This record gives sequence, C-alpha cells and structure tokens, in this order.
Amino acid sequence: MSEFRPVTIAVFLVLFIGISALGFVATRWKRGDLHQLDEWGLGGRKFGPLLVWFLLGGDLYTAYTFVALPALMYANGGAGFFAVPYSIVVFPLVFAVFPKVWAICKEHGYVTAADMVEGLYRNRVLALLIALTGIVATMPYLSLQLVGLEAIFAGMGMHASVYLFGYEVELPLLVAFGVMAGFTYNSGLRAPALMAIFKDILIYTTLIACVVIIPARLGGYGAIFDAVPVDKLIIPPTPDNSLGPQFAYATLALGGALGLFLYPHALTGLLSASSRDAIRRNAIFMPIYAFMLALLLLLGFMALAAGVKQMPEFASGFERFGDIYAVPALFNYMFPDWFVGVAFAAIAIGALVPGAIMSIAAANLFTRNVYRAYIRPECSAAHETQVAKIFSLLVKAGALGFVTFFPETSVVQLQLIGGIWMCQTLPAVLMGLYIKWLNSTGLLAGWTAGMVAGTLMAAATDFKNSVYELDVFGLAVPCYSAVSALVLNIAVTLIVSMIAASRQEPVPAVAE
Amino acid sequence: MSIKKRPRRKWANWLLLIPCIAALWTPAYNFVEPRFLGIPFYYTWQLAWIWLGAGITWLVYQLAWRGVEDE
Repeated sequence: MSEFRPVTIAVFLVLFIGISALGFVATRWKRGDLHQLDEWGLGGRKFGPLLVWFLLGGDLYTAYTFVALPALMYANGGAGFFAVPYSIVVFPLVFAVFPKVWAICKEHGYVTAADMVEGLYRNRVLALLIALTGIVATMPYLSLQLVGLEAIFAGMGMHASVYLFGYEVELPLLVAFGVMAGFTYNSGLRAPALMAIFKDILIYTTLIACVVIIPARLGGYGAIFDAVPVDKLIIPPTPDNSLGPQFAYATLALGGALGLFLYPHALTGLLSASSRDAIRRNAIFMPIYAFMLALLLLLGFMALAAGVKQMPEFASGFERFGDIYAVPALFNYMFPDWFVGVAFAAIAIGALVPGAIMSIAAANLFTRNVYRAYIRPECSAAHETQVAKIFSLLVKAGALGFVTFFPETSVVQLQLIGGIWMCQTLPAVLMGLYIKWLNSTGLLAGWTAGMVAGTLMAAATDFKNSVYELDVFGLAVPCYSAVSALVLNIAVTLIVSMIAASRQEPVPAVAE
Repeated sequence: MSIKKRPRRKWANWLLLIPCIAALWTPAYNFVEPRFLGIPFYYTWQLAWIWLGAGITWLVYQLAWRGVEDE
C-alpha cells in the first residue's frame, strides 16, 4: 500500500464530493416527470449532440478502462493496442446504424433493445433472452468499476474495512457506492449526464498533464518507446500455417466494436439523444475520445519506462492488484501530491458515471422486459419507474457483493465472457432492421448456437483468454471468440429463418 | 435552411468503410520503422486514422445527411 498522503486525499475528497453533489441536484435539470420510465431512465430523450457526446464518453471510458487498458499494454506491448482500431471502427458504425435504431425506439416508445426485438418479432421469449443477456453481461462490467475504484483507493493509501455479515468490505468502496446509489435513485440518467461533463474536464486535465509532464521527465516519446523491448512494440510475427496474432488483433477490434453498442448502457446513452441528427453529429466528434484513449494506453509504456514495478514502495500494490496497479503507481511517482488527488478523482468519478448508467440500463431492461412483461403487465407508469429505481439499487448491491465474495480475477473472467455473450444479440437487435425475412425461430436458434459455442470456446481456455484458435482445414485461425461465435450465430439465424419461413406464413414485421 | 426529409448522395455512406478497413487490415501497418517523432509507424498509423476516420465521417455527414431532419 502507498503511504498516507493528506494533501492528495483532501484534493480528492473535495472534487469527489463536489461532483457527486451535482448528481443529486440534477433532478432540477431539463425538468421532467421523473415518474415516467423514459424520463428517469432516458433523461426524457432530450439530450442534444454535445450532451450525448459527454454521456457516451462517460459510458465508454470507465475507471476500469483507465487502469486495465494501460495494464494490457504494460504486460503485452503493442498487441494490447487493439482498443484503438476498435474505436476507429465503432464510430462509423454508430453513424450508419444507430440513427435507425433511435427512430424505431422513439416512434414506439421503446426504452431497451429487448423492447425493440419484441416489437419487431412479436416473440416474448426472444425479447426475454435478449434482456437477460444484457443484464447478465452488465453485472460483471459494473463490478469491474469497483475493482478500478479499489485500485485508486489503494493508490492513495486509504485502507479501512468494515465487517458486514461476517465479510470484510472496503469502507471507502462502500461509501462511494452508497453515493452512487443515492444519486442514481434520485435523479436517474440526468445525474450521470451532468456529472459526465465535469468528469471529462478532470480526465482531459489529467491526460494532458500525463502526455506533457511524463514524457518530459522520461526524456521524450522516443525514450519511452525505446524502453519497450523491440519485439513488444508491434504485433508478434505470423507463424506458418496460421493467420497469426495479427488476425486475432483485428478480430478483437472488430468484435469489441460490434459488441459495444449492444451493451445496454451504451444503447441507453444513444436513446437519450434528442434526434437522429444528434447521434450522427455526435459520432463525428467521438474520435476525440478515441484519441484520448490512445494516449491513455500509452501510459502503460510510460509506466514501463519509469520502471514503477521495481520500486519497493509500490510492491504491495502490484502484489494485490497485479498490472492494473501500474497507472496508480505511475501517477504517485510522477505527480505532486495535490495533482495525484485530481488524477485519482478523475478515475473515481470515471467509475461512478458509467456505474450509474449501467445500473440504470439494467434496471430499464428488468422493469420493461421482465417485470412488466411477466410479473405485473398492468402496472402504472409510476409503479414501473419505482420498480426500476429499486432494481437499480439491487444491481449495485449485487456488484458490490460480487467483488467482495469473489477474487478480482474471476470478475475479469466474467467480463470476458459477458462480452462474448453480448455480441450474440446482434442478429436479433440489428440484422432485422436490414433483412426483413428474418424470424424469431431463426433468431432463437442462432442465439442459442452462438451462446453455446462462445461459452465453450471461452471454457476451453479456462476463461483466461478471449481468443480461441480455430482449425480451418489445417490453417490455424486465432479469432476473438465473440466474432467466431457471431459468425456461427448469423449463419444459423439465416438458414433456420429461411427454413422456418418456407414452412409457415411469415409474421409481418411491425416497425417501419 | 430548408428541411429535407431524405438523405442525398446515399453512395457517400460507403466511404465509412475506408477507416474500418484501414484500422482492421493489420498487415498494412504492423511495422516499427519508419518512426515519426520517435513514435513507431504502428502507433503513428493508428493514431492518424482516428482523425482521418473522423474526417471521413464528417465528409459523409456533409455529403449525405446535413440538414436531413427527421420526426
């Protein structure tokens, strides 16, 4: 653990408390009737391009991103840079596809992807499966935000724990999560949207400081790259009879990009836009985040060049958190105490904002597609919203329980498999917008095939590796399991849809 | 500005594939040399395509979607 630094902690607390307080007063902002689900859970679909931009940035660049992705570079070198091509692909995709999704959801009052699937195919089972996939995949993602927070608290030397029901729970984590639960319950999506603006200001400040101050102290970018072993600078060479790690790199980027906007929290951000044009214009400016992300990844190399792992004061942190401790250690080593407080506050708010959006998104799914669909179909809008607010608390409590009862490594493994599962909802959510003859029989078959294949491939690597090497007629094809499972999923969907359609009268699609 | 309902020049949407290919076609950029300001080519290429991708998306917006409002 790092030493206790009063200045760092004071700056951190002032920023953290100030920005969290904004979350509570956000109810007054763009005022609406918070007893309606799309007011609480989508901010009334009133957010313009700039605000959606902040909200999506808040969504996608999370505390976990901040510590885990540089750690990937730190450990694996250039092959860990795939988050950059992934973000280059994702924004044209958003531009091309999601205005259409937004329009359908707006026209019919849909709040979730599962709403849309039910509207398109009139199949409740399929909608339920899509909703459950979303909820299950979001949970570990939310838990990872807590892991990010833990690393930050450890980096500041804040260590205190309480015993709840015989389990040791980190006190700072408990407090931070209580704050998040409070403002989410109170203000809905307005809270993270307003906080995201201030979060971005902090993160930009931190990153600019990082890319200016750290290279200056390490002797320039050339020196940083020189500190990385040459064979780790780029993707390793391709072996004979294999498409090699370069192919794996491309599929990781593609699969990430395809899966990203299927995640409930990302879709929630998009649906809160006030128009299709807001989404398009927002997609043009999203690359600013991508550039920020790229700089962030390079922090991994900076940590390597600075040699933080060899420093005795950080040994215990590395021992507990592994390589994700590299960034907190780098900040501690490079910056004066007060600025470490700013940087850590940026990351901590960076956990609360997406954490809030994720729990809202999961709550929207549960309320609309499980509670109202199966438990109380006749419930009023106010009752529905109340259920969503309570479920958002339960999701967060679950995530907290998760990081308390399970080791951090298993949370990471669940996140990995969550990403693979999330991708399998693509045919149901997006393909039907373009291919009119798809039907629910085909989509159910495809989803099942994709989920089973994806899970088996992940299990074959003991849930340690998201890339599984396929053998295609003697050629080794290392491929991100989400992508190979999706290919199978799409093939099964198309074939079974065709067979099913020829046997019965097609059910006409409702949308459009 | 007059409000048009339909996008113009729909072909422009295909331009969006360019940054995707540039980002995913790894053999095009998996090299250390030449370096740019000390930054290996691998990183220079990918960093550059972030901005080129944004530029192309902007171009598509201007060509096809600008002024297209829906409701």
